[in-house]
Amino acid sequence: MKRILGIETSCDETAAAVVVDAHDVLSSVVSSQVDLHAQYGGVVPEVASRAHVELLTPVVARALIEAGLDDDHVDAVGATVGPGLIGALLVGVSAAKALALVWDVPFVAVNHLEAHLYAAFLEEPDLELPLVVLLVSGGHTMLVLMEGHGRYRLLGSTIDDAAGEAFDKVARYLGLGYPGGPAIDAIAMEGDPEAIAFPRAIMDDGYDTSFSGLKTAVVNHVRNHPDVATADVAASFQEAVVDALVTKARRAAQAYGAKGLCLAGGVAANSRLRERALDVCVADGLRAFLPSRTMCTDNAAMVAAAAWWRLEQDGPSPLDVGADPNLRLPTLR
Amino acid sequence: MGPVLRLHTGAVAQTRAVAAALAELVRPGDLLLLAGDLGAGKTAFTQGFGAALGVEDRITSPTFTIANHYRGRLELNHLDVYRLEQLDEVLDTGIHELLDEGGVTLIEWGDAILPALPASYLEIRFLLGIGDDDRTLDVIPVGDLWAARLRALRAALAPWAETGATGGGDAGEPSC
Repeated sequence: MKRILGIETSCDETAAAVVVDAHDVLSSVVSSQVDLHAQYGGVVPEVASRAHVELLTPVVARALIEAGLDDDHVDAVGATVGPGLIGALLVGVSAAKALALVWDVPFVAVNHLEAHLYAAFLEEPDLELPLVVLLVSGGHTMLVLMEGHGRYRLLGSTIDDAAGEAFDKVARYLGLGYPGGPAIDAIAMEGDPEAIAFPRAIMDDGYDTSFSGLKTAVVNHVRNHPDVATADVAASFQEAVVDALVTKARRAAQAYGAKGLCLAGGVAANSRLRERALDVCVADGLRAFLPSRTMCTDNAAMVAAAAWWRLEQDGPSPLDVGADPNLRLPTLR
Repeated sequence: MGPVLRLHTGAVAQTRAVAAALAELVRPGDLLLLAGDLGAGKTAFTQGFGAALGVEDRITSPTFTIANHYRGRLELNHLDVYRLEQLDEVLDTGIHELLDEGGVTLIEWGDAILPALPASYLEIRFLLGIGDDDRTLDVIPVGDLWAARLRALRAALAPWAETGATGGGDAGEPSC
């Protein structure tokens, strides 16, 4: 039995968690900075970086207290080393290494994208493989075939904007505020998803997605129809994004004989995406795995879970592993 | 302000072609500033620019990642300061180190970065046109390094020049 302290500071969340053997979450503390950011209309990295420094110690302390642990009862410390904002990453990585040194326990470098994949196993340890994972967030949109632990195939990704970025930028354009995902999700419930036939980019072949053209189509539609109902624009935009994502994920699950379909990343909290993914799974006899909303967005429990798997497979990471803002998911060729 | 070379493109492919033509003129350490409306084609421009520099990796939006780096004939740094508000944050991206290292740097959503700019850079302003795919691109050379390349710029961009906005002498062009 290993108790792992996970630390996550790759973007705008300072988070710490204690997880036993990648499935038993003793504590998971996320100090959401959304309120701090709302006044700026977007994530402000410098604010985030400064806030990470201020928040990390109390967040880690609270995670240990909630887990009922003393310092010397942690068996390893895992931290997100990338991808993410370099200044923000360094705060968590440096703290994790310092704690590992002081406690004389292993340090484990964690890939943020891999951590998102492991969010699923936290809530359902017996998930059957192979699994198609749709990882959608502000910085990433990728379709991954998980064949085994640490064995991933990148089936497709965005060729321009990430899905969450499209939500954010369209929300800002429509004057809906930040964060854009929940804002569009909420107002879309009052709109007609079929009111405007926005383009579904590259729906025909492959698993790549594109949302830049859709963003431009929204701008053009609003420019040409100034009186259009914002709720209809939001609902139709959301439908176009969800349609593209679910169509690709479904096709991948069929092509690779996946046992299930899993959503991950912040956009996985979108209610329309969850609804459509569930419909597809029911229709195709797939197991649907829709992590709770708190596990979709950035958190440290998933980091601790990924750290446990990496520690089992590769052992501790050397302390000279640095933060890497452009880190990619380790994939099979 | 110096001369403005006003261009018109009628399709995303043409915006990429403008970028490819400019990529032939850049030198190590150059900075291009891309400003303009949402959906006006800044990322498409960067994709065309990178392809012309021989970048094989997929060029995606740096909005959330802030800075992406690619290898081509020259190193390409692609930054987006859309989410940055203060000069300190811009300097934290290492912009001056990037420029010193000899790559070519493209920065989207430029306004937050104005106080951190070097003496010479090429500014490109993207404006939405009347038709859905129409774009006006104002290319503005700033500083000695680009003034010296004005003739080459005009020649390279001639296919997309808006009538009446280019030609003539090397200074005093009509601006918008």
